[in-house]
Amino acid sequence: MTDMPSQDRMQAKKPPSRWVRMWDSDLAWSFRHSPVALVSLIVVLILVGAAVLAPVIAPTDPFNPASLNLMNGFSKPLEPNAFTGEVFILGADDQGRDIYSTILFGLRISLFVGVSAVLLAMLIGVTFGLIAGYVGGFVDSVIMRIADVQLTFPSILVAMLIFGLAKGVTPIAYRDEVAIWVLILAIGLSDWVQFARVVRSATMVERGKEYVQAAQLIGRSGGAIMLRHILPNVLSPVLVIATISLALAIIAEATLSFLGVGAPPTQPSLGTLIRIGQGFLFSGEWWILFFPAVTLLALALSVNLLGDWLRDVLNPRLR
Amino acid sequence: MIGFILRRVVQSFLVLMVVGLVAFAMFRFVGDPVDNMLGQERTQADIERLREQLGLDQNFVVQYWRFLSNALQGDFGISYRQGRPVAEILIERAPATLELAAVSGFLAIAMGIALGVFTAIRRNGLGASTIMAASLIGVSLPTFLIGILLIYLFSVELGWLPSFGRGETVRLGGWTTGFLTQSGLLALILPSITLGLYQMTLIMRLVRSEMMEVLRQDYIRFARARGLPDRVVNFRHALKNTLVPVITVTGLQLGSIIAFAIITETVFQWPGVGLLFINAIAFVDIPVMAAYLMLISVMFVAINLIVDLLYLAIDPRLRTQ
Repeated sequence: MTDMPSQDRMQAKKPPSRWVRMWDSDLAWSFRHSPVALVSLIVVLILVGAAVLAPVIAPTDPFNPASLNLMNGFSKPLEPNAFTGEVFILGADDQGRDIYSTILFGLRISLFVGVSAVLLAMLIGVTFGLIAGYVGGFVDSVIMRIADVQLTFPSILVAMLIFGLAKGVTPIAYRDEVAIWVLILAIGLSDWVQFARVVRSATMVERGKEYVQAAQLIGRSGGAIMLRHILPNVLSPVLVIATISLALAIIAEATLSFLGVGAPPTQPSLGTLIRIGQGFLFSGEWWILFFPAVTLLALALSVNLLGDWLRDVLNPRLR
Repeated sequence: MIGFILRRVVQSFLVLMVVGLVAFAMFRFVGDPVDNMLGQERTQADIERLREQLGLDQNFVVQYWRFLSNALQGDFGISYRQGRPVAEILIERAPATLELAAVSGFLAIAMGIALGVFTAIRRNGLGASTIMAASLIGVSLPTFLIGILLIYLFSVELGWLPSFGRGETVRLGGWTTGFLTQSGLLALILPSITLGLYQMTLIMRLVRSEMMEVLRQDYIRFARARGLPDRVVNFRHALKNTLVPVITVTGLQLGSIIAFAIITETVFQWPGVGLLFINAIAFVDIPVMAAYLMLISVMFVAINLIVDLLYLAIDPRLRTQ
């Protein structure tokens, strides 16, 4: 009883909570007023949620041979199978795997590879960008030359080449196991240049500002200045590029897997599923291809639109 | 200006040397070349002989030099998978890719400029808005899905066009062409649309934005005030001045058409260099990968150099620096 009034008083004085401040920020305001961003975010959240919860919500485990029944092969969507009477929402593939479940697990792999590849590209790009921008001189020109040379080649080609090389280096027995990691490495390494360029130019602007000079005067080390002082100030364009890169990385992963130089059939991503489905297009089993393709499109398009919106709000100059 | 040209040429040369080094390292260190070239039944003597023949007993620099000079003479080694000289396979496959790239490039430039001008002039019309919306979807659709979509529509459902291969080809000396037969021409349609669509939307959007920028200028208003017909103003005064950036971007895009041909060729089983490369990756056929890498680098570096020099020729301001 005695402490009730004091609690009341405290609440009255409390500054707006973190949530309220976020809700009132410019970013949130423009978000609430952009239906495209809103819809895109909802689609992304649903797909990410489905991917994360795949083991829980998937009706079957498509990779457990014991649960597969070959009689279910080529079941049409929503129609009971002629032999077993089982119903699959999105149909079943040639081996009787539930398409809905394979999409959930494929989405998981596509998103995992995409996000990891972007994080890798970001790590490399931001590191090199900071060093090039802050140190300047010879180091800068070496890093930027390498970036220029890599930019001459389309990134999908670079990714293919890295994938092929890594495949050649790993012993045959382990190739399928490491394929996912090789894929992440290949896409990540092919995509760092954008980050490096943007961070470098932003760092060069920040380097001349007074707070950096002050940090230099009190004797902070170069590494500390780059990480603790400059990095937080160059992060907003990095965020924009990361979102747009994510859409590109998801498409790159799907393309590589579709071409057969990506995720192995034992761990199919959406691209692998489309590759498998393409073989049945001529015999009329359209659903094996169609649903994974639509999922991939929805994912890539909504991440892309979200990235566009973020770019327009945070950094109109990047347009 | 001569200094600039020299510097760019030296730079391009260095890039090629580095690419050559990468290609050589691939050949030398990814898997054992001797292992890959000899079959199961081999004797120690065979191994020694091939080792000596390939010069693998010599030091790294000598080997690298030998690799480069062989490559310059068109000797890229022997494919692990097919057991034939890589150069021979490449020459056999090149016409398919070059014809496909030429048709898609032409399609992309012609349609891109035409649609770009159209959407810029009628910027508020229904047609222009429809095209712009469609182009947004075109940009976000992955190439391979466009290919599959076209196959489904025109081969599976309508049955109008072939879905794979080059059709019948005619031999003209060392060149095989699909331009001279009906089935060859029909087979070209879907792959070239698939390959050209992305570049087309890119060129279209570029022409549109440049054109809208130019149409705002004073000299356009003056030309209209003089009473010149729209056709003359739009095409002779406006379009001409938008072409400089368009030429640069188009030049740079030419290279990516060849690279993206890998995807299109796989979708349509087009027997070109790109399909060869993808199969080489799948089977770790290192000599083919290395040769493809070197060829495509020469092309990219040459295109970049030419575009830079073109800039110099077009924009006099750069010459004074």
